[in-house]
Amino acid sequence: MTIEAVSAAERRRRRVPYLLMAPGLLWLFLFYVVPMSQLVITSLQEGSLERGYRFTGDLSNYLAVFTTYRGQLFNSLLFAFAATVIGLAISYPLAYAIAFHTGRWKSLFLMLLLMPFLVPFLLRTLAWRIILADQGTVVGIIKTLGLLPEDGRLLSTAWAVVAGLVYNYLAFITLPIYVSLDKIDRSLLEAANDLYASPFTAFRKVTWPLSLPGVISGTLLTFIPAAGDYVNVELLGNPPNSMMGNVIQNKFLVVIDYPAAAAISFTLMALIVTLVVIYVRRVGTEELLT
Amino acid sequence: MKARVFYRVLLGAGLVYLFLPVFVVIAFGFNDLKGRFNVTWVGFTLRHWADPFGVEGLSEALINSLTLAFLSALIATIVGTLIALALVRYRFRARAATNLLLFLPMASPEVVMGSALLALFIATSFGRGYWTILVAHVLFNISYSVVTVRARIVGFDRHLEEAAMDLYANEWQTFRRVTLPMILPGVAASFMLCFALSFDDFVITNFNSGTTMTFPLYVWGAARRGIPPQVNVFGTIIFLVTVIAMFGYLTITTRRSKVAR
Repeated sequence: MTIEAVSAAERRRRRVPYLLMAPGLLWLFLFYVVPMSQLVITSLQEGSLERGYRFTGDLSNYLAVFTTYRGQLFNSLLFAFAATVIGLAISYPLAYAIAFHTGRWKSLFLMLLLMPFLVPFLLRTLAWRIILADQGTVVGIIKTLGLLPEDGRLLSTAWAVVAGLVYNYLAFITLPIYVSLDKIDRSLLEAANDLYASPFTAFRKVTWPLSLPGVISGTLLTFIPAAGDYVNVELLGNPPNSMMGNVIQNKFLVVIDYPAAAAISFTLMALIVTLVVIYVRRVGTEELLT
Repeated sequence: MKARVFYRVLLGAGLVYLFLPVFVVIAFGFNDLKGRFNVTWVGFTLRHWADPFGVEGLSEALINSLTLAFLSALIATIVGTLIALALVRYRFRARAATNLLLFLPMASPEVVMGSALLALFIATSFGRGYWTILVAHVLFNISYSVVTVRARIVGFDRHLEEAAMDLYANEWQTFRRVTLPMILPGVAASFMLCFALSFDDFVITNFNSGTTMTFPLYVWGAARRGIPPQVNVFGTIIFLVTVIAMFGYLTITTRRSKVAR
C-alpha cells in the first residue's frame, strides 16, 4: 500500500465516530441546544398573543423572577432542599442495609426497592392524596401521637408537597448510593476493624467517604427534578405552596405570557446549574461529567 | 444478632413505605365507588376490571402512549447505541463536548426542557401534537440510552472483534455476528428503560402535546373531575407487565452470562 492509501484509510477511520454519532448529536443539537437558545430569545421579547411578539432586549422579565415570584423561587429551593435531605436520610440506611445486610437476597431487595416506581408517576402521587387525606389513618396516627393539632391536616400543606417529592424521587437517590456502597472493598472494613476502629469510626473514615460519589449523584438526581417540579404542588399542595414550575406551567399554558415564562424557565435552569456547580466543586468530584 | 433484627425492621419499614401507594393504586381499582371521586374505600367489586375501556378517551390515550413509547424507545436506542459505540471504541477530539451534550438533558429540570421545546415550536409556528411529543421523548431518551448501552460495552473484550476481522469477516459481518450479540443485553435494557420513561412522562409531554392525549395527560385531566377506577386498573396492569418484563430480563441475562462462563 502506498502512503496515500494508508492515510486515506486512516482519514476514513477518523471519520467513523463522527458518522456514528451524527444522528443522535444532531437531534440533541436541534431539540436541546436550539430550544434553549430560543428560550433566551423569547425571554427578551415583548408583546402579547394578539399583538405579536418582537425582540426588545427588555430585561424586566428577569427582574420579575426576583421580585414578583420571589415566594415561588424560595419555595422551589426550600422544598427541593428539604426533599433532598429527607430523601438522603431515608435512602442511605436503606441502601446500606441492602448492600451489607441482605446476603444472597441482595438483588431481590434491590428489585423490590425499584418496583414501586413502575407504577405510573401521577398515580403514585394521587395515591398519596388518599393516604394523607384528612380522615385517613396516617393523619389519625400522627394526631394521636400529638404531632399534629386536632384540627390540623397534612394534605394541601407544604409537608405533603415535600413528602410527595421525597417519595417520587427516592429511587433516583437510593440507587446511586447503593451502587457506590456495593462497590466498597469489604477487606477495607476488615482492616479498619483489625486496627481497632469502632464500627462508627470505620463508617466515618471508610464507608462514608467511599460512598460519597453515590451520595452526590443521588442528591443531584433528587434536587434538580424536585426544584423544577409542579406536579406535587398541584396534586398534594395548595396555591401558597406554588413553586417555579407552577409559574412556568401557568404562564406558558394558561395565561399565555411567553416572554415572562421563558425568562422564569431560563432563570430556573441557570440557578440550578450554578448551585450544582458550586455543590460539586465543594464536595469535590468531577466523575459526574464522564 | 441485635444488628440483624435492626436491619430487618429497617428493610421491612422501608418496603412498607415504598409499597403503600402501590397498594392504594391497586386496591382502588377494585373499589365499588359511588359518585365520581374514587378517594374513600366503599367495597370490593370486579366491575371496573370487567369493563376496562368503559370510560371515554382512555383507550385512545393508551394507544398513543404505547406507540409513542415504542417509537421513541426504538429511535433513541438506535442513535444512542451508535453514540455509545463511538464513545467507547474511538478516540476523537469532540469527546468532552459530546459527553457534556449528553449530560445536559439529564441535568435539566423537565419543566425547563419542555418549555424550551415549546418556545421553539411556537417561534417556528410548528403545530403541536403527536409528532412533537415523539421528538421530545426521543430527546430525553437519547442520553439514558447512551448511558445504559455504554455501561455494557465498556466491559467487553475487544479481542473477539479483532479475531473476527483476522478471520476475514468484514466490518458489517463483525458487527452483526460479534458486536451486536454481545451488546444486545445493553440494547434491550436501553429499549426497556426508554419505553418506560416515555410511557410515564408527563411534564415534557404536557408542554408539547397540543390536543393529543397520552395516558399521563388523561390522568392529569381526570384528576380534577375525579379519576375513573379504570385508570387504576390500567395502572395495575402497567405495573404487573413491567415487573414481569424486569424479572424476565434478569432471568435471561443471568442465564446467558452463566452459559458464557
